[in-house]
Amino acid sequence: MRNITLSQAVNEALAEEMRRDPTTFIIGEDVAEAGTPFKVLSGLVEEFGTDRVIDTPIAEPGFMGMAVGAAMTGARPIVDLMFGDFIFLIMDQLCNQAAKIHYMSGGKLNVPLVVRTNMGATRRSAAQHSQSLQALVAHIPGLKVAMPSSAYEAKGLMKTAIRDNNPVVIFEDKLMYQDKAPVPEEEYLIPFGEANVKREGSDITLIATSSMVQVAEKAAEMLSAEGIEAEVIDPRTIVPLDEKTLIESVKKTSRAIVIDEGHQSYGVTSEIASRLNEKAFYHLDAPVLRMGAMDVPVPFSPALEDITVPTPEGVAENARKLCSGELIHAA
Amino acid sequence: MAKAKTNTEDYLRMYRQMVRIRTFEDNANQLYLSAKMPGLTHMYSGEEAVAVGICEALTDDDRITSTHRGHGHCVAKGAEFKEMFCELLGKEEGYCRGKGGSMHIADQSHGNLGANAIVGGSMGIATGSALRSKMLGHDDVTVCFFGDGATAQGLLYEVMNMAALWNLPVIYACENNGYSEYTKTEEIAAGSITARAEAFGIEAFKIDGQDVLAVNELTQKLVARCRKGEGPFFIELETYRYHGHHVGDINREYYRSKDEEKDWKENRDPIIRFRGWLVEQGIASEEEIEAMNAEIEKDATEAVAYAEAAKYPDASEVDMHVYAD
Repeated sequence: MRNITLSQAVNEALAEEMRRDPTTFIIGEDVAEAGTPFKVLSGLVEEFGTDRVIDTPIAEPGFMGMAVGAAMTGARPIVDLMFGDFIFLIMDQLCNQAAKIHYMSGGKLNVPLVVRTNMGATRRSAAQHSQSLQALVAHIPGLKVAMPSSAYEAKGLMKTAIRDNNPVVIFEDKLMYQDKAPVPEEEYLIPFGEANVKREGSDITLIATSSMVQVAEKAAEMLSAEGIEAEVIDPRTIVPLDEKTLIESVKKTSRAIVIDEGHQSYGVTSEIASRLNEKAFYHLDAPVLRMGAMDVPVPFSPALEDITVPTPEGVAENARKLCSGELIHAA
Repeated sequence: MAKAKTNTEDYLRMYRQMVRIRTFEDNANQLYLSAKMPGLTHMYSGEEAVAVGICEALTDDDRITSTHRGHGHCVAKGAEFKEMFCELLGKEEGYCRGKGGSMHIADQSHGNLGANAIVGGSMGIATGSALRSKMLGHDDVTVCFFGDGATAQGLLYEVMNMAALWNLPVIYACENNGYSEYTKTEEIAAGSITARAEAFGIEAFKIDGQDVLAVNELTQKLVARCRKGEGPFFIELETYRYHGHHVGDINREYYRSKDEEKDWKENRDPIIRFRGWLVEQGIASEEEIEAMNAEIEKDATEAVAYAEAAKYPDASEVDMHVYAD
């Protein structure tokens, strides 16, 4: 099978879906000739023209709101939000409008749209271009959230997102755009709400999202060399969440660490850990541990930034403590 | 009064729709005052010529976005009393199965994309509907209703910029009723409202929103031009809100006088004016008009009784419609 980058995988998914459905279009800043700052969309405007790959002024609430209106009236917009941090700018249109319209209308109106945006620190982009804000979106009923962990995942999840009849936000880790993975030539989709067991193990479950899957896999390799077999699970979508697969794994291993690059407090890791505690409590031999980004704005200096995010070493260290029965208390 | 639609049937339908709005609101207010309605609502009374003048220039394929003060737009776009009152009372047969209520009534079958409880919240939606129309080669037009208060929201300027850049078939209809909630418009709006649209190269008009024929005549022209790709347009309609910001805003002399309210009601009421014109032109007699009013009142009374007796949604519906299939 060929290897392509995550960026190429997203590009292919968009092109295939735009060929398939003439009501789809891309809207956002510098999406056409520029192909976005990360060049993910390069070549699409040549095939689909500026009517369907629409460059907007720098006006995130405006084009997000327009996508909602287009979606409500029969189109399938794909909103390109240049940085995940700009989600704060579109919050009203995303959370008060898109998320609620189907419900508020008693099921009469649909909002089939995709917001593709990014996340991830350690790119030396400082506090307003480095955040991982998936928990904010996942908190709002009516929105779905996908978090691809490789090129393969990115393509399959994007195609599913575009065909979904709800607002879906896809967070791509901006540090993974050039990461290559095997991606089939033939068409495939990845259903939402089906976690992927990346590695089987019996001693501890590492539940990780997006680029944290790589972190967990590296930690699992280190642990394996020491005789600890970690199971690594990628939920793929945090809304909907495949609770069943996660709980089954924890019932088997009796220990779990949840790893996500969003801030740890009130975050994705807290939510998943809490569900495991509620639904697998009597199977646990140790508290479920959360590993998110530190609760600080992302600092610019490399010396500081790198210590704010979970690392394979950090995950392995916590796993050893849990497996050795060492009690872990936050206090 | 200015002339717009030209046959008797059209004139009588416009009158009828204006009276239906006023009657609906009077009944809704009674439901509030008698503590039969959950929550609050915002009355459209006094502004009927705006919604009716505009919506009578539209077809069911044309879309509108509405506001928290949205009952008038909903009726004018073709909605039925029964489903509307059911929605106001949170009943299963409401337009939104009771999940939206007064501030979120949507009636997709007539092109009403819904009221919006965020002031200015639907400006993006309306402009996006127009973008979809142009992109897919349709010829429908979208009207975005909003109040003078909403002109303070930045979203308006973002979407007007894009609508103008891309010649979108959208009409921004600013219902200037003189008050932004509990504050005079002159205290919240600097300069001229129409000049703001003109700054984007959008043709803007300021008209008497109490003259249904003037509103209708202008809208017909602008809708036709939108269909030819000459949009967007902006209309500021001078009108007046008879009630307070919402039904509970009763003691309001600290922000506007009773004399002012009396003046608008007695001298500029859109229904009284249009009724006088219909009689003067020989289009309808006083008796015919009284009969029409009585029939509408009867419809409303029956619809209210129906809604009061109607079922609430089953508890099992609470988590239905969070996601579409």
